[in-house]
Amino acid sequence: MSNNSANSNLVTAQKAVKQLRLEASVRRIKVSQAAADLKTFCLQNAHKDPLLMGVPSSDNPFRPPKSCALF
Amino acid sequence: MGEMEQLRKEAESLKDQIIVARKGFADTTLQEAVAGTAVVSRVQLKTRKTLRGHLAKIYAMHWGAGLTQCVSASQDGKLIVWDTLSTNKVNAIPLKSSWVMTCAYAPSGNLVACGGLDNMCSIYNLKGKDGNVKVMRELASHTGYLSCCRFVSDSEIITSSGDCTCILWDIETGTEKTIFAGHLGDCMSLGVAPDFKSFISGACDYTAKHWDIRDGNCTHTLSGHESDVNAIGFFPNGNGILTGSDDATCKLYDLRSDQELITYQDATIMCGVTSLAPSLSGRLLLAGYDDFNVNIWDALKAERVGVLAGHDNRVSCIGVSSDGMACCTGSWDSFLKIWN
Repeated sequence: MSNNSANSNLVTAQKAVKQLRLEASVRRIKVSQAAADLKTFCLQNAHKDPLLMGVPSSDNPFRPPKSCALF
Repeated sequence: MGEMEQLRKEAESLKDQIIVARKGFADTTLQEAVAGTAVVSRVQLKTRKTLRGHLAKIYAMHWGAGLTQCVSASQDGKLIVWDTLSTNKVNAIPLKSSWVMTCAYAPSGNLVACGGLDNMCSIYNLKGKDGNVKVMRELASHTGYLSCCRFVSDSEIITSSGDCTCILWDIETGTEKTIFAGHLGDCMSLGVAPDFKSFISGACDYTAKHWDIRDGNCTHTLSGHESDVNAIGFFPNGNGILTGSDDATCKLYDLRSDQELITYQDATIMCGVTSLAPSLSGRLLLAGYDDFNVNIWDALKAERVGVLAGHDNRVSCIGVSSDGMACCTGSWDSFLKIWN
């Protein structure tokens, strides 16, 4: 193995270890907390979610209403 | 070499540390946490519009930040900006290279971008003075295909590439601001956080990575998939990451607990996931598959609650409009469909 490729393997390995140190040190929270937050977010925003709640034809811009009211 | 061996041992030890640390915070599962929540009732969406005009496979689509315009890219060599309400083509932009794989709409509505096997990201100004849409910048330095691009603003865009890196570009100068290296396989997809401070990437090394846009660091590497991660997106709360893979599953990871929360899988689904998009509240996960269908999942309960069947070929891209009012699917059958 030439000196250059040996050096670059070393640099790659050093970078990998540095990255792993960073990822290992990240602050974590409990899954129970994360799950609770996700659940709360979904339930709190459910009423605003058109695909979830369904869109009445009168409010659906992609679907013209069947009858037209003339003023 | 003594130092290589030392580094290898340290790397293994750190990987074990991460596994142990994650387990330490796994005091429950998402499944247990939502045991008392009912599954959503069956979701039946109908095709409201079919956007016809492309002459070949559609590879990508992206909604504009306004409520009704979107852009699509096809290997017929065209980028089309659509008014989805009228189904009219607002712009039909001929591309220099027809091998396009991705497209994006800037949040401002002023710019669109695309790229593919030309290894470049081309930026087009939709609001030029003379009304003609022209190439504004060609961002070239990736050494592999452009798989995805997403605007951070009118002056910055992030690209992901088959060269295993992502790049944050200064559109004005056409130069790279930051190179995000670390993936060990082609980067296939990226998503920008709702607060625009970070982004996520999915790659052929089976992982998803979370990156800080400003300092360039990869803060989390999330694994678990057993094949290429083709699709990725933030859960609307900004803390969850949704991924779709060739292993026929989608997964939900949480950034703050740094681990997988749940897998969306079914024994009857045996083909890869090509694309995904959450509904506005995140409760529904819409995912496009190689078998021409879109499956709709209850994201909390991990149960399939609906199917969008209407395309005659692979669903290659999917997006939910910014007000959550409609979902758009693009397919290799050359059509886009709007559903709600």
